[in-house]
Amino acid sequence: MADLKVNLSGWTLDNPVIPASGTFGYGYEFAELYDINMLGTFSFKGTTREPRFGNPTPRIAECPAGMINAVGMQNPGIDRVIAEELPRLKRCFHKKVIANIGGFSVEEYAETCARIDKEEQVGLIEVNISCPNVHDGCITFGTDPLAAAAVTRAVKAVTTKPVYIKLSPNVTDITVIARACADAGADGISLINTLLGMRIDLHTRRPVIANTMGGFSGSAVLPVALRMVYQVYEAVKLPIIGMGGVSCARDVIEMMLAGATAVEVGAANLTDPWACPKILEELPDVMRQYGMDSLKDIIGGAHR
Amino acid sequence: MKQGIYTVTEHRALTKDVYLLRLEGDTSSLTSPGQFVEIALDGCFLRRPISVCDYDSQGLTLIYKIVGRGTEAMSALKAGARLDLLCGLGRGFDPSAAGERPLLVGGGVGVPPLYRLARLLLAAGTRPEVVLGFNRAEEMFYVREFEELGAHVTVTTVDGSFGVRGFVTAALPEGCTHVFACGPMPMLKALYGATQGIPGQFSLEERMGCGFGACMGCSIMTTEGSRRVCKDGPVFPKEVLGWQI
Repeated sequence: MADLKVNLSGWTLDNPVIPASGTFGYGYEFAELYDINMLGTFSFKGTTREPRFGNPTPRIAECPAGMINAVGMQNPGIDRVIAEELPRLKRCFHKKVIANIGGFSVEEYAETCARIDKEEQVGLIEVNISCPNVHDGCITFGTDPLAAAAVTRAVKAVTTKPVYIKLSPNVTDITVIARACADAGADGISLINTLLGMRIDLHTRRPVIANTMGGFSGSAVLPVALRMVYQVYEAVKLPIIGMGGVSCARDVIEMMLAGATAVEVGAANLTDPWACPKILEELPDVMRQYGMDSLKDIIGGAHR
Repeated sequence: MKQGIYTVTEHRALTKDVYLLRLEGDTSSLTSPGQFVEIALDGCFLRRPISVCDYDSQGLTLIYKIVGRGTEAMSALKAGARLDLLCGLGRGFDPSAAGERPLLVGGGVGVPPLYRLARLLLAAGTRPEVVLGFNRAEEMFYVREFEELGAHVTVTTVDGSFGVRGFVTAALPEGCTHVFACGPMPMLKALYGATQGIPGQFSLEERMGCGFGACMGCSIMTTEGSRRVCKDGPVFPKEVLGWQI
């Protein structure tokens, strides 16, 4: 029997497959399609202190082997997430969830995380310091080691839950930011967020995305994500949630060999809403094919 | 929503860049006129959202316009080709609100989703007035099909090469009970202004990521807060659009 269990900071997941924030809403769109309890867990839509409508449309652009999104952290705000989304989720999801939190200042991150801290449905907090789609926030923290450390410290001070910092790939050296977060007390690292990109419409000769630029994701970014997970695994001794372009069981295993303890699946959910159940179905067969009995044992396997 | 494999049984050009595609497959997830499907295409990452023109228990008819690489790839499909679809997406038109003399207004590639609606409205015993707007005579399609249903059809062309010269707002009949519309945003806004006081339902178009409500890529702001065009729409009560006229 293939052993798919993994452990994130004391939280045992039945398997490492986790739909990524922003591709899975607050869960129930997918609960209509399959039993989402089969997932390791999922990371809910990036949530901020205040409700946000996000950016004007168009927010989406097609790319070779991927897509650009510039949603801009649309969400109902932390208070409504706690009052409405979590109770609604509880009816269809019996596991703990990852709370993805965004922000525009150190104080805001801390305040939002403090509010979610009391929710027993939350297994860990994934602090998004890397959203490329909002100005003067988020990514500013993810591209500066001092700011990244300041957010980490502020959040750690107000929560008892494990804190994973979600990093941006839009930096010269990802290990510098990862080390800064580790030194500031992060319990884990989550990477990669989307790569900053753009498309231009040949008819109008203007950017396709209303916000000009957006975050590039999809299969095309898998090699970049693998490289960064590999680098961060060597740089810090913290569990890693790896993501970026994962769309099949082989990608999950590759990401774990690079150093990820668990793996998020993002854009693939948007092109195939059943992407995660399919990955879970394939995983035991693919493990057998490559002589793997336990996924725990392959984490960081590429470094030996 | 259901995912399925559909077979192309007919594919032909209606104008130089508008095509009719008939697909055989499971239509049990379609529940109202004006819903759409998302088609996976080789070489494209995202699926392409296309409105459903009509359907029966055997399959569905789509009419689409070539606007980019995805629809260009679609135009090369041959009979017998198999396509991966997400079917039965979105909330369509509610014909029960029509009253006895509904008005249906379609602009360009916004015409197809009104076809099944017209058929249902006629079957329900109402007397729909149909106004179809095109840029010029060569771009007209499906006018005869609407007439064959038994609807009263008025055509407008921007250049006057057929029917009433001008936009659809130049040919709106008086005394209609409800307005159903689909077309480009400037048309919908003009129509919204020209039909103040008449209730209605407008179908919107937006670039989409997923098509089933997960990614928030197609959000619009309404008088009742933000709504997803793909899941809460594409058809909205016109009153909630709250456009400044």
